[in-house]
Amino acid sequence: MNDLEKLQAALRDATPTPDADAKAETLRLAAENFARVQENQSAARPISKAPSSGSLWKRTTAMFKLSTLRPVLYTTSCLVVAGAVFVAYEPFNDNGPAIYDADLSLDETVVSEPEPAIVTETEERAPAIQLRTKPKAEITAAPRSATKAARADEISETMTTSQTQSVPQKRYSSGGVTLKGSGRFGMEYQSEQDVLAQKPNNEGGSNEPENALSFPSNKQLRSQEAAPKGQWMGNDMYSITAPQDDTIIAPQPNNDQFAGALENPVKITTESPVSTFSIDVDTASYAYVRSTLLNGGHLRPDAVRVEEMINYFPYDYAAPAVTSDVPFSTDISVTKTPWNPDTNLVRVAIQGKKPAVEDRPPLNLVFLIDTSGSMQDANKLPLLKQSFALMLTELRPTDQVAIVTYAGRAGTVLKPTNASDTATILNALDALNAGGSTAGGAGLRAAYALADQMKAEGEISRVLLATDGDFNVGINNPEDMKTAIEKNRDSGTYLSVLGFGRGNYRDDMMQTLAQNGNGTAAYIDTLAEAQKTLVDNLSGALFSIANDVKIQVEFNPAAIAEYRLIGYETRALNREDFNNDKVDAGDIGAGHQVTALYEVTPVGSPAVLNDPLRYAADAAPLGGKELGFFKLRYKTPGATDSQLISTPINMPETPNTADFAAAIAGFGQLLKGSKYTQNWTYDDAITLATQTKGADPYGYRTEAIRLMKLAKARK
Amino acid sequence: MRMKTSDENLVLLAQTGDAAAFSALISRHYDLIHRIGFRVLGSKSEAQDMTQDLCLALATKLKSFRADAKFTTWLYRVAINAARDRLRKRKTRQKANEGWGDFELNSRAADAENRAQLDWLHQAMATLPEDLRETVALVLGEDLTHDAAATILNISPGTVSWRMSEVKKHLRALAQKEELIQ
Repeated sequence: MNDLEKLQAALRDATPTPDADAKAETLRLAAENFARVQENQSAARPISKAPSSGSLWKRTTAMFKLSTLRPVLYTTSCLVVAGAVFVAYEPFNDNGPAIYDADLSLDETVVSEPEPAIVTETEERAPAIQLRTKPKAEITAAPRSATKAARADEISETMTTSQTQSVPQKRYSSGGVTLKGSGRFGMEYQSEQDVLAQKPNNEGGSNEPENALSFPSNKQLRSQEAAPKGQWMGNDMYSITAPQDDTIIAPQPNNDQFAGALENPVKITTESPVSTFSIDVDTASYAYVRSTLLNGGHLRPDAVRVEEMINYFPYDYAAPAVTSDVPFSTDISVTKTPWNPDTNLVRVAIQGKKPAVEDRPPLNLVFLIDTSGSMQDANKLPLLKQSFALMLTELRPTDQVAIVTYAGRAGTVLKPTNASDTATILNALDALNAGGSTAGGAGLRAAYALADQMKAEGEISRVLLATDGDFNVGINNPEDMKTAIEKNRDSGTYLSVLGFGRGNYRDDMMQTLAQNGNGTAAYIDTLAEAQKTLVDNLSGALFSIANDVKIQVEFNPAAIAEYRLIGYETRALNREDFNNDKVDAGDIGAGHQVTALYEVTPVGSPAVLNDPLRYAADAAPLGGKELGFFKLRYKTPGATDSQLISTPINMPETPNTADFAAAIAGFGQLLKGSKYTQNWTYDDAITLATQTKGADPYGYRTEAIRLMKLAKARK
Repeated sequence: MRMKTSDENLVLLAQTGDAAAFSALISRHYDLIHRIGFRVLGSKSEAQDMTQDLCLALATKLKSFRADAKFTTWLYRVAINAARDRLRKRKTRQKANEGWGDFELNSRAADAENRAQLDWLHQAMATLPEDLRETVALVLGEDLTHDAAATILNISPGTVSWRMSEVKKHLRALAQKEELIQ
């Protein structure tokens, strides 16, 4: 027997027969998936839920809600503009092709397409109607050819569906509808820029396979780059390897998505004296920023949420008396603004009560762990296992732990087990393997069901979701996710979200989950961060002391000309929501701190940005010493009616010097590219942070200063 | 009588939305994908995961199959690519683990002779570079001709033959090493 024969025999002997159960399961899933693809041709990737509506119109409107769509629409609407210019010129042009030499950078995309057809069409001087339809046709074609470039099969699938479903005539008209919509959205985007809660979800030109309509490929975008120069259009930040031709499993481009909005603008006190927002105890943004700076990636402005950076650090606020009925104390102070000598910072802070640790009720924890293929990187599942192992040491024998995983399908890996049985729990954790796609929706339902089952009188249940946020099976848009979570929120089970990894990180999804699940979102990039989140701050992370905490500040127009809330863009509430107990807001955990900073410009200060109105009624000169009035609403856990705390904000004789929170606020704004920090630099941030660092027992602040230096060096 | 329908016809049916044809097609070829997965990746669980992912992806992927090729040729190629993709991902994760690196010896069931054979196989496969392993999986594992393997891998038949001679060299080197140890 020669070597090759020996190898052949050995290879065949060693090859195991496929597991019958696994095979049956796969065949079943594949059949389901096939049915789904047929039913909804736009389903590019396996999703367990068919769209709730079937009609073309409904699906089209649903499409507009997808978070990834706006950049695409924006891009295509720019092409419409280019097309319109082109049409206007055409009839006057005697030398057909010459127009292509005109300096219309937008046309480059069109010209560079291997599609000489357009040139000839225009030379022929087609009748006016045809001319008008031409650019549309071209534009519908543009993303399609982009898709080809991306070569992810799923996507070409998606894009071709509209063709296969309707006759060409109809396709053009539906293209028209899309374009109308895109124009509208493009406009809307711009007008909303100044408002709030925008989601500039541009993803570095990579395709976003979850969604029905996909983003043009990197290459395509690059050639279009000249067109939309919005803040969110920075695709040059990414270098993504285009997915391979036959990539089976979803490719892993840098698909991180953020819910970061544009900065809050300056408000004029006489026009809108009231500022309302929900508290935010999340710290995910800081950890993400840190991980980006340390790893040398490009930091996108929308990844920075200044309030989460500020709230990452512990501050020295007076704790409420243990006997007090109110679960937290408020701490309001006025300091100088480091980056502007003519304004002040109003710091509004609340400090959660820290109940005696011994008194805490037994805890039911359901670890909902994403074991999809995307979780296999060292900074995901392996880190997650270590993190949870760390956390186990903090639990009591009376606590219970269960583990649910989801990958392809959801399954209970560990039945409810007493926390004292560490061996069983650790073994179950150890046995987790990454593979398959992410059935987030099914996983969530299973985890909530288990948490419900574990619940007994006087116990607290919490689902701890650990994921990179890539829910590619099941609910795949933040709105649906929100609905699913809201249903479960009222059952009293809390949800905490721990984000892991990069490249596929869906910050927008995580924010939606945590904000709607009465929970917190944290981003775990290192074991040290796991220590902070899961061990040092365990009680805060796991025990809510007040729910739906909303803050409303009314500024006194006699004292404050303009004000600006730093951060909290994604947490803004309508003024009337403050008193509406039905409106959900952030929760505060035991020992948590929340800090919000307003930059205020006193009346008469040279820093006032807006000129007074000539015909405005004079502001009533009311209590000139009061800067404003602070109101806070909260519900005690389980209660449905909120309680109100209010206190005036007084102007001190001399404002305090800026503190560490101000340094971080300045740092965050620098990273975000704020226009309000004027000539302030990273050097100033470093100086201020170093001066105000204080004792820093955990070393968090020292680390922040290191990050400032890194950011400065990389600028 | 679906089972007698040719693969190509099943694909055509599936492409027009026939679910039964699709199911027949993948249940017919599940084992093939699994075999390729195992022989390139060297792990049963990896092979199983890969097979599942690929079967799910086939629902949409199938549309890219053009009737001008044999279905199995296309499927082998897709499976090889899926395995490559997995290896690539694993490589970025940890350098050492490039397929057959953490081969679980099923030693409980295996008797001594089998175990020796498994050991040898493991060593042999682990020393082979990825492209040779793919070629082995097709030529030795599937008993395909060099021409057929060449079409699947999109290389020339000469390259397949050359690769197989490389495999021989590797095996010889392994044998020499073993002799040295003993």
